[in-house]
Order: sequence, then C-alpha cells, then structure tokens
Amino acid sequence: MSGDHDEELPGYYTGDIHNQYVPEHRNSKAIRIIWVTFTILLVATIVEVGISFTPIPRDILNAIFIILTILKAYYIVAIFMHLKNEKLGMGASIVIPFLFILYFVIMMIIEGNYLNIFHGYGF
Amino acid sequence: MSAEAAGEKPNQSPWGGGVSPFQVSWGKMYMWFFLVSDAFTFSSLLIAYATIRHRYAEIWPSADHVFVHFPFVQAHVPLAYVALMTFILIMSSVTMVMAVDAGHRRNNKAVAFWLFWTIIGGFTFLGSQAWEWYHFIHGSAEGALMYEDRSIAQMEGDFTLILEDGTTVPGNQAGEFFGSIEDDPPSIKDIKGDPKVIEMAGFRARSNGMSTEELIENGYLYEGDAAKKLIMANTIIQGANLKGNQYGKVTFGNFFFFITGFHGFHVFSGVIINIIIYLQVLNGTYVKRGHYEQVEKSGLYWHFVDLVWVFVFTFFYLV
Repeated sequence: MSGDHDEELPGYYTGDIHNQYVPEHRNSKAIRIIWVTFTILLVATIVEVGISFTPIPRDILNAIFIILTILKAYYIVAIFMHLKNEKLGMGASIVIPFLFILYFVIMMIIEGNYLNIFHGYGF
Repeated sequence: MSAEAAGEKPNQSPWGGGVSPFQVSWGKMYMWFFLVSDAFTFSSLLIAYATIRHRYAEIWPSADHVFVHFPFVQAHVPLAYVALMTFILIMSSVTMVMAVDAGHRRNNKAVAFWLFWTIIGGFTFLGSQAWEWYHFIHGSAEGALMYEDRSIAQMEGDFTLILEDGTTVPGNQAGEFFGSIEDDPPSIKDIKGDPKVIEMAGFRARSNGMSTEELIENGYLYEGDAAKKLIMANTIIQGANLKGNQYGKVTFGNFFFFITGFHGFHVFSGVIINIIIYLQVLNGTYVKRGHYEQVEKSGLYWHFVDLVWVFVFTFFYLV
C-alpha cells in the first residue's frame, strides 16, 4: 500500500481526469488555495453583516449584498466544488441555466413591485 | 464525425462515444445536474419570497429587529447568531474540501479526520437552526398587540402598563407578563408613558404603516389625559407560531419556516450521507477501491448546501 502509488489506477475506467493520485508531499499549493478562499468568504460575510448596519441607502446596500453574494457563490462553486478544474463545456452546462434564473429573479422583483403599487385596488 | 479513413483511430472526438465528453465520471455528472435541479427549486422558493416581500414592502418586518437573540446573552445583538451560523457552515465546507483534497493524496486517516469535523459542523448548524426556530416561535418579552382582524401593532418606546387593580407592568415585559394567548384577554386600563418623555407619552405604536396618530384617528387607540387607553386590542401576542405573528405579516413566518426548514432538511440529509461515507472510510472501503471519488461527490452536495445557505442568508436576513 505504501509502495507503488504511482502505478495504482482504479479498477475500472472512470473517465475522470480528476482522480489521478497526487503524491504525498502535502500538496501545499492546493491547501493554500483552500485557506485563501476561506478567508475571502469570511471577509465577504463580515463586510456584508457589517455594512447592513450603516446608514447607506437601502437600494445601494441591496446591490452590494447581491454582488458580494455572487462573489461568494463563485468561490464556492469554482474552487470548493472544483468546477474551475473541470472542462469548460461542463462548467457552461451548469452555469448558463442560471442566467435564465437571474432573468426570472429580475422579472419577479419588478412584478412584485407592480403588485405593491396596486395594493389598494384589492389585489 | 465517425472514423472514415482506414487506419484512423476511432473515437478521437470527445463526442464520438465510449468516453465521457467532459472527462468526468457519470456519478459526478449526475450529482452536478441533480444540484442544478435542486438549485431551481430553491430559486423558485426565494423568488416567491421576494415577490410577496416586495408586495408588502412597507410593513415587512426588518430582520435586524426580529433576529436579535444570542444564546446566553441577554442583550439584543442583531444578526450576530445568524452570522455565526454562516461561519460554522462555511467552516464545515472548508473541512469538507480538505477531506476531498486528502482523498486525492490517498491519505485515509486525513480523510477520516476532516470528514469527522464536517459532520460535527453540520450537526452544530442544525442545532443552531433549531435554537433560532425556537426563539422565533417563542418571541420576545415585549410581544405585540394583536387585533381581531389579526393585524399587529408593535409597541415602541418606554412605557408602563397600569392594570385595573393598580399593578404596573413595564412595557418591555408586556408580552411575558400576559402569558399565553389562551388566557382571557387581560383588562388593560391605562397606558402611561415614560415620565421623562411626557408630551405625547412614551407609548408609540406602529401597525400596518400607520403611526400612533393615525391609529388614534382610526379608532385603534384612544387618547385621553396624556395617557393612552387601549381599546379593541384582542390580546398581546409573542412570537411567530400557529396563533399569529408578533413581528408583522403571518406570511413572513410562513416563508421563514418553509425555506429554512427545507434547507435544514438538506443539511440533515447531507450529514447522514457524510456519516455513511465516514463509516465507509473508517472501514477501508476506499482504500480497496483505490480512489475517493465518493467523498468528492458527497462534498459536492455539501458545498451546494452551503451555497444555498449563502443565498438564503442574504435574502432573508440582509436584504
């Protein structure tokens, strides 16, 4: 078990380029990337909670929250879930449907506001 | 694009068949597309929440007035506990990715170590969420006035309630004092404001966007003798539960419990999956198999759960 790791392959072909063995020299670069990403996520969360108490106008505040949240989402998906290491086609199949969701979100915020305007009319 | 020329190796094209075009195993691909579909579900829930919230934008409760409690701390610390929960979940995501990385290095003991802490993080998050639910259902000491048509008036400012038999109750204990909603509505004779703020009395109320003056105008409050008498109030309600919602619209509670509950259910199933994988790691299943891809797939699910929490946290507590 400790000997010929370099020759060891799974018993069947997974077709997965990401399960190749990484030699045991602690792969410090990967670990460093993980902790850096964690720090980015932590700082973004602290900033978000912190600025929610300042008197910045609500609209700008919401825009900042959404930008920071998308930033956090990028780091979680690309680095923690290793989507960055996958083939571009796979990444696109996952991310592009979300552009449609984004469109849906924007539409429904507009529609929600429409319902609000006509509040008094019995809607 | 089939192989036409003789001697040309078949299936050079990634779409030629026999190989995975994206060079991922089918299990991992399946997990990714399952996560996309689950993300659609959560997106629709959050979009429904956003629509209703913007419809009632003026009277929607503000999260940093509702979620102010912290375990073992008496003071109001808005959003602190939720920020802690977010930190716990992000930490468990980090330990999960460490486990996956240890899997790439085929280090069985390290995988077991990091997976163990991921499970602990998951259970801690679930416990915290349960605590948060308990306090939301239980409500705060001051409570709010609930009328027959189930509209809510928040009491504000320092004031004292004086009852018929002369006992006084400090305003911020009103809900706690009057107890459960099953009791007969207590008789509230006089509301006297804080003596230092004598003018229109310290008693303010806010309901459906109406200020104290408008409430008096509309007959919800009655003013007399520099003290406000309360009429027509049905009872004082605490918390957001099956009887009503102290904080405002009942839908706020409905959405909160459903979306965080649905997310919590995902966390719970993720923890169970992680426990199973952990036991398999301890058993040596992956040493025999030669690769730790199952850990990676479980990691994808766990990171997805974290990602959803990031969005829920933003849209419920911040926006």
